[in-house]
Amino acid sequence: MNIDTERVVRRGDTVLTIDKVCYRYGSPSSVPALDNISCRLKAGQFSALLGPNGAGKSTLFALLTRLFVPQQGTIYLFDDNLVSAAAKVLANIGVVFQQTTLDLDLTVEQNLLYHGALHGLSTKQIREKLGDELAQFNLQDRLHDKVRQLNGGHRRRLEIVRALLHDPCLLLLDEPTVGLDIESRHYLNEKVRKLCDQRNLCVLWATHLLEEIIEGDDVIIIHRGEVKVQDNSQNLCAQAAVTDLVAAFHHFTKGHV
Amino acid sequence: MTMTAYWYCFLGVLKRELLRFVQQRSRFFSALVRPLLWLVVFAAGFRAALGIAIIPPYETYITYEVYIMPGLIGMILLFNGMQSALSMVYDREMGSMRILLTSPAPRGFLLLCKLVASALVSMLQALGFILVSQLFGMDAPLSGYVWVWPAIFLSALMVGSLGLLLSSLIKQLENFAGVMNFVVFPLFFLSSALYPLWKMRESSELLYYVCAANPFTHAVELIRFSLYSTANYFSLSIVLITTIVLLSAAIVGYDPKRGIIVRKV
Repeated sequence: MNIDTERVVRRGDTVLTIDKVCYRYGSPSSVPALDNISCRLKAGQFSALLGPNGAGKSTLFALLTRLFVPQQGTIYLFDDNLVSAAAKVLANIGVVFQQTTLDLDLTVEQNLLYHGALHGLSTKQIREKLGDELAQFNLQDRLHDKVRQLNGGHRRRLEIVRALLHDPCLLLLDEPTVGLDIESRHYLNEKVRKLCDQRNLCVLWATHLLEEIIEGDDVIIIHRGEVKVQDNSQNLCAQAAVTDLVAAFHHFTKGHV
Repeated sequence: MTMTAYWYCFLGVLKRELLRFVQQRSRFFSALVRPLLWLVVFAAGFRAALGIAIIPPYETYITYEVYIMPGLIGMILLFNGMQSALSMVYDREMGSMRILLTSPAPRGFLLLCKLVASALVSMLQALGFILVSQLFGMDAPLSGYVWVWPAIFLSALMVGSLGLLLSSLIKQLENFAGVMNFVVFPLFFLSSALYPLWKMRESSELLYYVCAANPFTHAVELIRFSLYSTANYFSLSIVLITTIVLLSAAIVGYDPKRGIIVRKV
Protein backbone atom coordinates (compact mmCIF):
# COMPACT_ATOMS: atom_id res chain seq x y z
CA MET A 1 0.00 0.00 0.00
CA ASN A 2 1.30 3.42 -0.91
CA ILE A 3 3.55 1.43 -3.18
CA ASP A 4 5.40 2.78 -6.13
CA THR A 5 3.66 6.14 -6.06
CA GLU A 6 6.83 7.76 -7.45
CA ARG A 7 6.53 6.03 -10.84
CA VAL A 8 6.64 8.52 -13.71
CA VAL A 9 4.20 7.45 -16.39
CA ARG A 10 4.57 8.89 -19.88
CA ARG A 11 1.78 9.04 -22.40
CA GLY A 12 1.89 5.92 -24.54
CA ASP A 13 3.69 3.75 -21.97
CA THR A 14 2.22 0.28 -21.80
CA VAL A 15 0.35 0.10 -18.50
CA LEU A 16 -1.63 -3.13 -18.67
CA THR A 17 -0.65 -6.30 -20.48
CA ILE A 18 -3.05 -9.22 -20.59
CA ASP A 19 -1.24 -12.21 -21.98
CA LYS A 20 -3.08 -15.37 -23.08
CA VAL A 21 -5.44 -15.40 -20.11
CA CYS A 22 -7.99 -18.20 -19.71
CA TYR A 23 -10.74 -18.60 -17.16
CA ARG A 24 -13.53 -21.14 -16.70
CA TYR A 25 -16.21 -21.11 -14.01
CA GLY A 26 -16.73 -24.85 -13.95
CA SER A 27 -14.69 -27.95 -14.71
CA PRO A 28 -11.77 -27.90 -17.19
CA SER A 29 -14.14 -29.27 -19.84
CA SER A 30 -16.69 -26.45 -19.43
CA VAL A 31 -17.00 -23.61 -21.91
CA PRO A 32 -14.36 -20.99 -21.05
CA ALA A 33 -15.61 -17.58 -19.91
CA LEU A 34 -12.34 -16.16 -21.23
CA ASP A 35 -10.33 -18.08 -23.77
CA ASN A 36 -6.71 -17.16 -24.41
CA ILE A 37 -7.28 -13.41 -24.44
CA SER A 38 -4.46 -10.94 -24.93
CA CYS A 39 -4.36 -7.15 -25.18
CA ARG A 40 -2.35 -4.11 -24.12
CA LEU A 41 -3.53 -0.78 -22.75
CA LYS A 42 -1.50 2.42 -22.72
CA ALA A 43 -1.17 5.47 -20.50
CA GLY A 44 -3.34 8.43 -21.55
CA GLN A 45 -5.48 6.12 -23.66
CA PHE A 46 -9.23 5.67 -23.37
CA SER A 47 -9.97 2.04 -24.22
CA ALA A 48 -13.54 0.87 -24.68
CA LEU A 49 -14.31 -2.76 -23.99
CA LEU A 50 -17.27 -3.81 -26.10
CA GLY A 51 -19.10 -7.07 -26.02
CA PRO A 52 -22.57 -8.58 -25.84
CA ASN A 53 -23.99 -9.88 -22.56
CA GLY A 54 -22.03 -12.90 -21.37
CA ALA A 55 -19.03 -12.03 -23.53
CA GLY A 56 -16.69 -12.14 -20.52
CA LYS A 57 -16.33 -8.45 -19.65
CA SER A 58 -17.19 -8.76 -15.96
CA THR A 59 -15.06 -11.89 -15.66
CA LEU A 60 -12.15 -9.92 -17.06
CA PHE A 61 -12.76 -7.16 -14.49
CA ALA A 62 -12.81 -9.74 -11.69
CA LEU A 63 -9.46 -11.07 -12.95
CA LEU A 64 -7.96 -7.59 -13.24
CA THR A 65 -8.89 -6.84 -9.64
CA ARG A 66 -7.63 -10.17 -8.22
CA LEU A 67 -11.10 -11.32 -7.24
CA PHE A 68 -10.39 -14.27 -9.53
CA VAL A 69 -7.01 -15.73 -10.38
CA PRO A 70 -6.25 -16.58 -14.05
CA GLN A 71 -6.14 -20.33 -14.64
CA GLN A 72 -3.74 -19.74 -17.50
CA GLY A 73 -1.82 -16.74 -18.75
CA THR A 74 -0.58 -13.65 -16.96
CA ILE A 75 -1.65 -10.10 -16.28
CA TYR A 76 0.99 -7.38 -15.84
CA LEU A 77 0.70 -3.82 -14.68
CA PHE A 78 3.88 -2.28 -16.09
CA ASP A 79 6.33 -5.12 -15.29
CA ASP A 80 4.55 -6.41 -12.22
CA ASN A 81 2.63 -9.67 -12.29
CA LEU A 82 -0.84 -9.36 -10.76
CA VAL A 83 -0.52 -12.73 -9.01
CA SER A 84 3.03 -12.55 -7.65
CA ALA A 85 3.09 -8.79 -6.95
CA ALA A 86 -0.60 -8.31 -6.15
CA ALA A 87 -0.12 -5.54 -3.56
CA LYS A 88 1.97 -3.42 -5.92
CA VAL A 89 -0.46 -3.91 -8.80
CA LEU A 90 -3.67 -3.31 -6.83
CA ALA A 91 -2.24 -0.14 -5.29
CA ASN A 92 -2.16 1.24 -8.84
CA ILE A 93 -5.66 0.20 -9.92
CA GLY A 94 -8.89 2.12 -9.37
CA VAL A 95 -12.10 0.28 -10.10
CA VAL A 96 -15.78 1.03 -10.55
CA PHE A 97 -17.78 -2.18 -10.65
CA GLN A 98 -20.98 -2.65 -12.60
CA GLN A 99 -22.94 -3.05 -9.37
CA THR A 100 -22.80 -0.19 -6.87
CA THR A 101 -20.40 -1.03 -4.05
CA LEU A 102 -20.95 2.02 -1.86
CA ASP A 103 -22.12 1.72 1.72
CA LEU A 104 -25.51 3.40 1.49
CA ASP A 105 -25.85 4.12 5.22
CA LEU A 106 -22.51 5.89 5.50
CA THR A 107 -21.88 9.44 4.39
CA VAL A 108 -19.91 10.39 1.29
CA GLU A 109 -16.93 11.28 3.48
CA GLN A 110 -17.13 8.04 5.50
CA ASN A 111 -17.20 5.98 2.30
CA LEU A 112 -14.14 7.77 0.98
CA LEU A 113 -12.27 7.53 4.29
CA TYR A 114 -12.96 3.79 4.36
CA HIS A 115 -11.66 3.29 0.84
CA GLY A 116 -8.57 5.42 1.47
CA ALA A 117 -7.80 3.45 4.63
CA LEU A 118 -8.01 0.20 2.67
CA HIS A 119 -5.26 1.63 0.48
CA GLY A 120 -3.13 2.52 3.51
CA LEU A 121 -3.85 6.26 3.51
CA SER A 122 -4.25 8.20 6.75
CA THR A 123 -7.37 10.26 7.46
CA LYS A 124 -5.27 13.42 7.06
CA GLN A 125 -3.94 12.33 3.65
CA ILE A 126 -7.44 11.48 2.45
CA ARG A 127 -8.97 14.73 3.72
CA GLU A 128 -6.28 16.70 1.89
CA LYS A 129 -7.38 15.11 -1.39
CA LEU A 130 -11.12 14.89 -0.85
CA GLY A 131 -12.04 18.47 -1.65
CA ASP A 132 -10.33 18.62 -5.05
CA GLU A 133 -11.51 15.19 -6.15
CA LEU A 134 -15.12 15.85 -5.14
CA ALA A 135 -15.04 19.27 -6.79
CA GLN A 136 -13.99 17.60 -10.07
CA PHE A 137 -17.38 15.88 -10.02
CA ASN A 138 -19.41 18.70 -8.39
CA LEU A 139 -19.95 16.70 -5.24
CA GLN A 140 -18.15 19.02 -2.80
CA ASP A 141 -21.43 20.03 -1.13
CA ARG A 142 -22.50 16.43 -0.53
CA LEU A 143 -19.62 15.47 1.75
CA HIS A 144 -21.78 14.88 4.83
CA ASP A 145 -24.81 13.46 3.05
CA LYS A 146 -25.56 9.78 3.34
CA VAL A 147 -25.02 7.92 0.08
CA ARG A 148 -28.64 6.77 0.28
CA GLN A 149 -29.64 10.41 -0.31
CA LEU A 150 -27.68 10.65 -3.58
CA ASN A 151 -29.30 9.92 -6.92
CA GLY A 152 -27.94 7.23 -9.24
CA GLY A 153 -25.80 9.65 -11.25
CA HIS A 154 -24.22 11.16 -8.15
CA ARG A 155 -23.52 7.70 -6.72
CA ARG A 156 -21.66 6.81 -9.89
CA ARG A 157 -19.68 10.04 -9.71
CA LEU A 158 -18.80 9.23 -6.11
CA GLU A 159 -17.63 5.77 -7.12
CA ILE A 160 -15.29 7.33 -9.66
CA VAL A 161 -13.99 9.81 -7.07
CA ARG A 162 -13.39 6.89 -4.75
CA ALA A 163 -11.59 4.91 -7.45
CA LEU A 164 -9.25 7.86 -8.06
CA LEU A 165 -8.55 8.65 -4.41
CA HIS A 166 -5.31 6.64 -4.22
CA ASP A 167 -3.91 8.01 -7.53
CA PRO A 168 -4.11 4.86 -9.65
CA CYS A 169 -2.44 4.55 -13.05
CA LEU A 170 -5.19 2.28 -14.37
CA LEU A 171 -8.89 3.07 -14.02
CA LEU A 172 -11.33 0.22 -14.68
CA LEU A 173 -15.00 1.01 -15.21
CA ASP A 174 -17.45 -1.83 -15.76
CA GLU A 175 -20.52 -0.39 -17.49
CA PRO A 176 -20.47 2.71 -15.28
CA THR A 177 -23.39 4.38 -17.05
CA VAL A 178 -25.90 1.55 -16.73
CA GLY A 179 -29.25 2.88 -15.52
CA LEU A 180 -28.29 6.56 -15.90
CA ASP A 181 -30.09 9.17 -17.97
CA ILE A 182 -28.49 10.54 -21.14
CA GLU A 183 -27.22 13.68 -19.46
CA SER A 184 -25.51 11.80 -16.64
CA ARG A 185 -24.01 9.36 -19.13
CA HIS A 186 -22.50 12.18 -21.17
CA TYR A 187 -21.26 13.91 -18.05
CA LEU A 188 -19.45 10.83 -16.73
CA ASN A 189 -18.02 9.89 -20.09
CA GLU A 190 -16.64 13.38 -20.70
CA LYS A 191 -15.25 13.72 -17.19
CA VAL A 192 -13.40 10.43 -17.38
CA ARG A 193 -11.97 11.32 -20.80
CA LYS A 194 -10.75 14.63 -19.39
CA LEU A 195 -9.09 12.93 -16.42
CA CYS A 196 -7.56 10.34 -18.73
CA ASP A 197 -5.98 13.17 -20.71
CA GLN A 198 -4.95 15.38 -17.77
CA ARG A 199 -3.49 12.62 -15.61
CA ASN A 200 -2.18 10.26 -18.26
CA LEU A 201 -4.58 7.70 -16.88
CA CYS A 202 -5.03 4.41 -18.62
CA VAL A 203 -8.81 3.87 -18.79
CA LEU A 204 -10.67 0.66 -19.56
CA TRP A 205 -14.36 1.47 -20.01
CA ALA A 206 -16.66 -1.53 -20.53
CA THR A 207 -19.93 -0.66 -22.23
CA HIS A 208 -22.79 -1.80 -24.42
CA LEU A 209 -23.44 1.74 -25.62
CA LEU A 210 -21.60 2.49 -28.83
CA GLU A 211 -22.40 6.20 -28.57
CA GLU A 212 -19.97 6.35 -25.63
CA ILE A 213 -17.11 5.69 -28.03
CA ILE A 214 -15.61 8.53 -30.03
CA GLU A 215 -13.29 8.67 -33.00
CA GLY A 216 -9.74 7.73 -32.06
CA ASP A 217 -10.66 5.62 -29.05
CA ASP A 218 -8.95 2.30 -28.63
CA VAL A 219 -11.67 -0.33 -28.99
CA ILE A 220 -11.50 -3.93 -27.82
CA ILE A 221 -14.32 -6.20 -28.97
CA ILE A 222 -14.77 -9.31 -26.88
CA HIS A 223 -17.15 -12.07 -27.87
CA ARG A 224 -17.70 -15.52 -26.41
CA GLY A 225 -14.65 -15.12 -24.23
CA GLU A 226 -12.30 -14.15 -27.03
CA VAL A 227 -10.80 -10.81 -28.01
CA LYS A 228 -12.00 -10.49 -31.58
CA VAL A 229 -10.14 -7.29 -32.34
CA GLN A 230 -8.28 -4.39 -30.72
CA ASP A 231 -7.66 -1.25 -32.71
CA ASN A 232 -8.69 2.37 -32.87
CA SER A 233 -12.25 2.99 -33.96
CA GLN A 234 -11.39 4.12 -37.50
CA ASN A 235 -9.10 1.18 -38.24
CA LEU A 236 -11.70 -1.14 -36.82
CA CYS A 237 -14.30 0.09 -39.30
CA ALA A 238 -11.75 -0.21 -42.08
CA GLN A 239 -10.95 -3.80 -41.10
CA ALA A 240 -14.63 -4.68 -41.19
CA ALA A 241 -15.06 -2.71 -44.45
CA VAL A 242 -17.95 -0.75 -42.96
CA THR A 243 -18.53 2.91 -42.27
CA ASP A 244 -19.78 2.95 -38.70
CA LEU A 245 -19.01 1.31 -35.40
CA VAL A 246 -22.41 -0.38 -35.08
CA ALA A 247 -21.81 -2.27 -38.31
CA ALA A 248 -18.24 -3.05 -37.26
CA PHE A 249 -19.48 -4.42 -33.94
CA HIS A 250 -21.98 -6.68 -35.73
CA HIS A 251 -19.26 -7.79 -38.10
CA PHE A 252 -16.97 -8.89 -35.29
CA THR A 253 -19.70 -10.48 -33.19
CA LYS A 254 -21.45 -12.34 -36.00
CA GLY A 255 -23.65 -15.12 -34.81
CA HIS A 256 -24.50 -13.37 -31.58
CA VAL A 257 -28.20 -13.59 -30.78
CA MET B 1 3.91 -2.31 2.32
CA THR B 2 4.57 -0.41 5.53
CA MET B 3 3.30 -1.29 8.99
CA THR B 4 1.65 2.15 9.11
CA ALA B 5 -0.35 1.32 5.99
CA TYR B 6 -1.54 -1.92 7.59
CA TRP B 7 -2.51 0.01 10.71
CA TYR B 8 -4.55 2.55 8.72
CA CYS B 9 -6.20 -0.31 6.90
CA PHE B 10 -7.18 -1.98 10.18
CA LEU B 11 -8.44 1.33 11.60
CA GLY B 12 -10.54 1.88 8.47
CA VAL B 13 -12.21 -1.52 8.79
CA LEU B 14 -12.75 -1.04 12.54
CA LYS B 15 -14.22 2.42 12.07
CA ARG B 16 -16.66 1.13 9.47
CA GLU B 17 -17.80 -1.69 11.76
CA LEU B 18 -18.29 0.77 14.62
CA LEU B 19 -20.20 3.22 12.41
CA ARG B 20 -22.50 0.47 11.24
CA PHE B 21 -22.97 -0.71 14.81
CA VAL B 22 -23.84 2.79 16.02
CA GLN B 23 -26.31 3.22 13.17
CA GLN B 24 -27.98 -0.10 13.85
CA ARG B 25 -29.24 0.79 17.33
CA SER B 26 -31.86 -1.93 17.21
CA ARG B 27 -29.02 -4.44 16.88
CA PHE B 28 -27.49 -3.19 20.13
CA PHE B 29 -30.81 -3.25 21.98
CA SER B 30 -31.72 -6.71 20.78
CA ALA B 31 -28.25 -7.90 21.79
CA LEU B 32 -28.95 -6.47 25.25
CA VAL B 33 -32.57 -7.53 25.61
CA ARG B 34 -32.02 -11.16 24.58
CA PRO B 35 -29.69 -12.11 27.48
CA LEU B 36 -31.57 -9.85 29.89
CA LEU B 37 -34.75 -11.80 29.18
CA TRP B 38 -32.91 -14.99 30.02
CA LEU B 39 -31.52 -13.42 33.14
CA VAL B 40 -34.71 -11.91 34.45
CA VAL B 41 -37.38 -14.36 33.28
CA PHE B 42 -35.71 -17.69 32.60
CA ALA B 43 -33.34 -17.54 35.56
CA ALA B 44 -36.14 -16.53 37.94
CA GLY B 45 -38.09 -19.62 36.95
CA PHE B 46 -35.11 -21.94 37.12
CA ARG B 47 -33.65 -20.62 40.36
CA ALA B 48 -35.98 -22.78 42.40
CA ALA B 49 -35.67 -25.85 40.21
CA LEU B 50 -31.89 -25.91 39.83
CA GLY B 51 -29.57 -26.17 42.79
CA ILE B 52 -26.00 -25.15 41.97
CA ALA B 53 -23.38 -27.03 43.95
CA ILE B 54 -20.10 -25.38 44.85
CA ILE B 55 -17.98 -25.95 41.78
CA PRO B 56 -14.84 -24.09 40.67
CA PRO B 57 -14.36 -21.19 40.28
CA TYR B 58 -17.11 -20.51 42.84
CA GLU B 59 -16.14 -20.81 46.52
CA THR B 60 -19.61 -20.59 47.93
CA TYR B 61 -23.19 -21.31 46.96
CA ILE B 62 -24.33 -19.00 44.21
CA THR B 63 -27.66 -18.03 42.74
CA TYR B 64 -28.64 -19.30 39.32
CA GLU B 65 -28.41 -15.73 37.97
CA VAL B 66 -24.75 -15.61 38.93
CA TYR B 67 -24.16 -19.00 37.31
CA ILE B 68 -25.65 -18.13 33.92
CA MET B 69 -24.00 -14.70 33.64
CA PRO B 70 -20.87 -15.99 31.75
CA GLY B 71 -23.14 -18.08 29.53
CA LEU B 72 -25.20 -15.03 28.66
CA ILE B 73 -22.05 -13.05 27.85
CA GLY B 74 -21.15 -16.00 25.60
CA MET B 75 -24.62 -15.76 24.08
CA ILE B 76 -24.00 -12.11 23.16
CA LEU B 77 -20.70 -13.05 21.51
CA LEU B 78 -22.27 -15.97 19.67
CA PHE B 79 -25.16 -13.96 18.28
CA ASN B 80 -22.93 -11.04 17.33
CA GLY B 81 -20.48 -13.42 15.63
CA MET B 82 -23.34 -14.80 13.54
CA GLN B 83 -24.68 -11.30 12.88
CA SER B 84 -21.25 -10.31 11.53
CA ALA B 85 -21.18 -13.41 9.36
CA LEU B 86 -24.63 -12.53 8.05
CA SER B 87 -23.51 -9.01 7.26
CA MET B 88 -20.47 -10.41 5.40
CA VAL B 89 -22.73 -12.55 3.23
CA TYR B 90 -24.95 -9.49 2.70
CA ASP B 91 -21.91 -7.34 1.81
CA ARG B 92 -20.75 -10.02 -0.60
CA GLU B 93 -24.14 -10.16 -2.32
CA MET B 94 -24.51 -6.38 -2.37
CA GLY B 95 -21.00 -5.99 -3.79
CA SER B 96 -19.39 -3.91 -1.04
CA MET B 97 -17.18 -6.86 -0.07
CA ARG B 98 -15.41 -6.37 -3.40
CA ILE B 99 -14.08 -3.01 -2.31
CA LEU B 100 -12.49 -4.64 0.72
CA LEU B 101 -11.01 -7.44 -1.38
CA THR B 102 -9.52 -5.11 -4.01
CA SER B 103 -7.39 -3.42 -1.36
CA PRO B 104 -3.67 -4.05 -1.87
CA ALA B 105 -3.48 -5.70 1.56
CA PRO B 106 -3.41 -9.51 1.57
CA ARG B 107 -6.83 -11.16 1.72
CA GLY B 108 -5.98 -12.99 4.96
CA PHE B 109 -5.10 -9.72 6.65
CA LEU B 110 -8.33 -8.07 5.47
CA LEU B 111 -10.44 -10.94 6.79
CA LEU B 112 -8.52 -10.83 10.07
CA CYS B 113 -9.27 -7.09 10.31
CA LYS B 114 -12.98 -7.82 9.85
CA LEU B 115 -12.82 -10.50 12.51
CA VAL B 116 -11.00 -8.35 15.10
CA ALA B 117 -13.30 -5.39 14.41
CA SER B 118 -16.34 -7.61 14.89
CA ALA B 119 -14.86 -8.98 18.15
CA LEU B 120 -14.38 -5.44 19.45
CA VAL B 121 -18.02 -4.63 18.61
CA SER B 122 -19.03 -7.77 20.54
CA MET B 123 -17.02 -6.49 23.51
CA LEU B 124 -19.00 -3.24 23.46
CA GLN B 125 -22.22 -5.23 23.57
CA ALA B 126 -20.89 -7.38 26.40
CA LEU B 127 -19.91 -4.23 28.29
CA GLY B 128 -23.47 -2.91 27.97
CA PHE B 129 -24.83 -6.20 29.30
CA ILE B 130 -22.39 -6.39 32.22
CA LEU B 131 -23.27 -2.84 33.26
CA VAL B 132 -27.03 -3.46 33.13
CA SER B 133 -26.73 -6.86 34.78
CA GLN B 134 -25.35 -5.20 37.94
CA LEU B 135 -28.97 -4.33 38.65
CA PHE B 136 -29.93 -8.01 38.51
CA GLY B 137 -27.54 -9.62 40.94
CA MET B 138 -24.33 -9.90 38.90
CA ASP B 139 -21.65 -10.60 41.43
CA ALA B 140 -17.93 -10.99 40.80
CA PRO B 141 -14.73 -9.72 42.40
CA LEU B 142 -13.50 -6.36 41.15
CA SER B 143 -10.34 -7.86 39.59
CA GLY B 144 -12.59 -10.24 37.66
CA TYR B 145 -14.04 -7.30 35.76
CA VAL B 146 -10.54 -6.63 34.45
CA TRP B 147 -9.49 -10.22 33.72
CA VAL B 148 -12.71 -11.05 31.94
CA TRP B 149 -11.95 -8.79 28.95
CA PRO B 150 -9.12 -10.85 27.42
CA ALA B 151 -11.34 -13.92 27.84
CA ILE B 152 -14.28 -12.16 26.18
CA PHE B 153 -12.03 -10.98 23.34
CA LEU B 154 -10.64 -14.47 22.70
CA SER B 155 -14.09 -16.04 22.86
CA ALA B 156 -15.42 -13.38 20.47
CA LEU B 157 -12.57 -14.21 18.08
CA MET B 158 -13.48 -17.90 18.27
CA VAL B 159 -17.18 -17.50 17.49
CA GLY B 160 -16.31 -14.76 14.95
CA SER B 161 -13.98 -17.22 13.18
CA LEU B 162 -16.82 -19.72 13.06
CA GLY B 163 -19.04 -17.01 11.56
CA LEU B 164 -16.35 -16.14 9.03
CA LEU B 165 -16.03 -19.78 8.01
CA LEU B 166 -19.81 -20.11 7.69
CA SER B 167 -19.96 -16.95 5.58
CA SER B 168 -17.35 -18.56 3.28
CA LEU B 169 -19.41 -21.71 2.95
CA ILE B 170 -22.85 -20.17 2.55
CA LYS B 171 -23.77 -19.57 -1.05
CA GLN B 172 -26.55 -17.07 -0.58
CA LEU B 173 -28.22 -14.97 2.05
CA GLU B 174 -31.37 -17.10 2.16
CA ASN B 175 -29.36 -20.09 3.41
CA PHE B 176 -28.39 -18.24 6.55
CA ALA B 177 -31.59 -19.13 8.41
CA GLY B 178 -30.35 -22.71 8.68
CA VAL B 179 -27.32 -21.48 10.61
CA MET B 180 -29.54 -20.54 13.53
CA ASN B 181 -31.09 -24.01 13.73
CA PHE B 182 -28.06 -26.11 12.99
CA VAL B 183 -25.21 -24.06 14.46
CA VAL B 184 -26.24 -21.39 16.98
CA PHE B 185 -28.86 -23.28 19.00
CA PRO B 186 -26.90 -26.57 19.27
CA LEU B 187 -23.74 -24.66 20.23
CA PHE B 188 -25.57 -22.72 22.91
CA PHE B 189 -27.79 -25.43 24.41
CA LEU B 190 -25.10 -28.13 24.28
CA SER B 191 -22.78 -26.10 26.46
CA SER B 192 -22.31 -25.15 30.09
CA ALA B 193 -23.95 -21.77 29.49
CA LEU B 194 -27.27 -22.62 31.17
CA TYR B 195 -26.48 -25.62 33.36
CA PRO B 196 -23.30 -27.09 34.82
CA LEU B 197 -21.99 -30.13 33.00
CA TRP B 198 -22.32 -32.39 36.05
CA LYS B 199 -26.08 -31.76 35.89
CA MET B 200 -26.07 -32.78 32.26
CA ARG B 201 -24.12 -35.94 33.14
CA GLU B 202 -26.82 -36.94 35.60
CA SER B 203 -29.36 -37.07 32.80
CA SER B 204 -27.25 -38.31 29.87
CA GLU B 205 -23.65 -39.44 29.69
CA LEU B 206 -23.61 -39.00 25.92
CA LEU B 207 -24.89 -35.43 26.06
CA TYR B 208 -22.31 -34.70 28.72
CA TYR B 209 -19.48 -35.74 26.38
CA VAL B 210 -20.98 -33.76 23.52
CA CYS B 211 -21.17 -30.68 25.77
CA ALA B 212 -17.63 -31.22 27.04
CA ALA B 213 -16.35 -31.39 23.46
CA ASN B 214 -18.23 -28.24 22.41
CA PRO B 215 -15.71 -25.38 22.02
CA PHE B 216 -18.41 -22.91 23.08
CA THR B 217 -18.50 -24.65 26.50
CA HIS B 218 -14.83 -23.75 26.86
CA ALA B 219 -15.42 -20.16 25.78
CA VAL B 220 -18.07 -19.88 28.50
CA GLU B 221 -15.82 -21.55 31.08
CA LEU B 222 -12.93 -19.27 30.13
CA ILE B 223 -15.17 -16.26 30.76
CA ARG B 224 -16.54 -17.80 33.98
CA PHE B 225 -13.07 -18.48 35.45
CA SER B 226 -11.73 -15.07 34.33
CA LEU B 227 -14.61 -13.35 36.08
CA TYR B 228 -13.23 -14.84 39.28
CA SER B 229 -9.62 -14.02 38.34
CA THR B 230 -8.84 -17.70 37.97
CA ALA B 231 -6.92 -19.19 35.06
CA ASN B 232 -8.45 -22.07 33.15
CA TYR B 233 -5.61 -23.14 30.89
CA PHE B 234 -7.48 -26.09 29.44
CA SER B 235 -10.38 -23.95 28.20
CA LEU B 236 -7.92 -21.27 27.05
CA SER B 237 -6.06 -23.86 24.93
CA ILE B 238 -9.28 -25.19 23.40
CA VAL B 239 -10.48 -21.67 22.55
CA LEU B 240 -7.12 -20.73 21.01
CA ILE B 241 -6.77 -23.93 18.98
CA THR B 242 -10.38 -23.71 17.76
CA THR B 243 -9.88 -20.08 16.73
CA ILE B 244 -6.72 -20.88 14.78
CA VAL B 245 -8.29 -23.86 13.01
CA LEU B 246 -11.54 -22.07 12.11
CA LEU B 247 -9.81 -18.86 11.05
CA SER B 248 -7.29 -20.70 8.87
CA ALA B 249 -10.08 -22.68 7.23
CA ALA B 250 -12.09 -19.48 6.66
CA ILE B 251 -9.15 -17.63 5.07
CA VAL B 252 -8.09 -20.55 2.88
CA GLY B 253 -11.69 -21.30 1.91
CA TYR B 254 -12.82 -17.73 1.30
CA ASP B 255 -13.94 -17.49 -2.28
CA PRO B 256 -15.11 -14.13 -3.63
CA LYS B 257 -16.53 -16.00 -6.64
CA ARG B 258 -19.46 -17.23 -4.56
CA GLY B 259 -21.31 -13.93 -4.47
CA ILE B 260 -20.44 -13.12 -8.05
CA ILE B 261 -21.58 -16.47 -9.43
CA VAL B 262 -24.82 -16.31 -7.47
CA ARG B 263 -25.55 -12.90 -8.97
CA LYS B 264 -24.75 -14.13 -12.45
CA VAL B 265 -27.16 -17.06 -12.05
